[in-house]
Amino acid sequence: MWRYLLPLAVFIVLVVFLSIGLQLDPKKIPSPLIGKTAPGFQLPDLLDAEKTVSPDQYKGKVWLLNVWASWCVSCRAEHQVLNELARSLGDVQIVGLNYKDASEDGQRWLAQRGNPYVANAFDLKGKAGIDWGVYGVPETFVIDSNGLVQYKHTGPLDWQSVQQDLMPVLQKLTENNRAVQN
Amino acid sequence: MFFSLLTNVFAGVEVHEFSNPDDEKIYVRLINELRCLVCQNQNLADSNAELAQDLRKEVYQMIQKGQSSDEIVDFMVARYGDFVLYRPPFKTETLVLWLGPFLILFLGVLFLIIFIKKKKQMHKTELSEDDKQYAEELLRTMSDDEDKK
Repeated sequence: MWRYLLPLAVFIVLVVFLSIGLQLDPKKIPSPLIGKTAPGFQLPDLLDAEKTVSPDQYKGKVWLLNVWASWCVSCRAEHQVLNELARSLGDVQIVGLNYKDASEDGQRWLAQRGNPYVANAFDLKGKAGIDWGVYGVPETFVIDSNGLVQYKHTGPLDWQSVQQDLMPVLQKLTENNRAVQN
Repeated sequence: MFFSLLTNVFAGVEVHEFSNPDDEKIYVRLINELRCLVCQNQNLADSNAELAQDLRKEVYQMIQKGQSSDEIVDFMVARYGDFVLYRPPFKTETLVLWLGPFLILFLGVLFLIIFIKKKKQMHKTELSEDDKQYAEELLRTMSDDEDKK
């Protein structure tokens, strides 16, 4: 009996590993920034070069950093989600990181598609992008009131991942925030 | 007299100049050991992705600033995680990855040895005297038939 059961057992173990592996997306690399302080930057605002945008300005609040570019095709689908989120998220603000873009193109893009951002850091050289571990655009980060990165979403935001993954994280962080303040 | 120690490294589409050959060696080694996260099966040396270009430039600038290859590797891992290393580090999390194939090979060879030993035992039956004589007779008649042909 054993000589038939053993190859079968080995086969079943292989099938289990393969079925797990085939469902994983190698493009989604976990971020080493989770739980660490958000990387700093001091960049001009896309829409007002006199203004400076920096993560320090959002200490004490829970906020989103959305990395985007006008040349990024999948950012277009995501933008409608962002516009809606900006309306419904209330206290949680969305800050943009305009990655390796031309300022006129970025400005035009926002004028055409709507602006969900309270501020937009203009990262011409992509240096801030490297510090945040950006390897694909778009990417969205959640930063808590202590300035720590708590969540990263790689790729465009869709409603399913917003509801399943993003909202629970935001709810937990804003609850903690309120508890600390009381 | 202009004896320039400048050496040029061609990787991807850009050229980097180094003032000494040791720096060049470090640069070449690093861009071969770091992964391009866009084209994930290529290292920074081979990839033409824009991020690879940016990271090559970053490595070059860090070498020019005098940073060690350990510092550069730490810089990359802090931002992109262990996956940026083309050769996975030897940590508890990657123990199975590193030792697994050897373990499976070892088990396979073990099974093979056991299997062969069992097979050998099956063939080691001794014939009784009667059976031996019967077998010899049969063999004799067969060879007689051969001679008659």
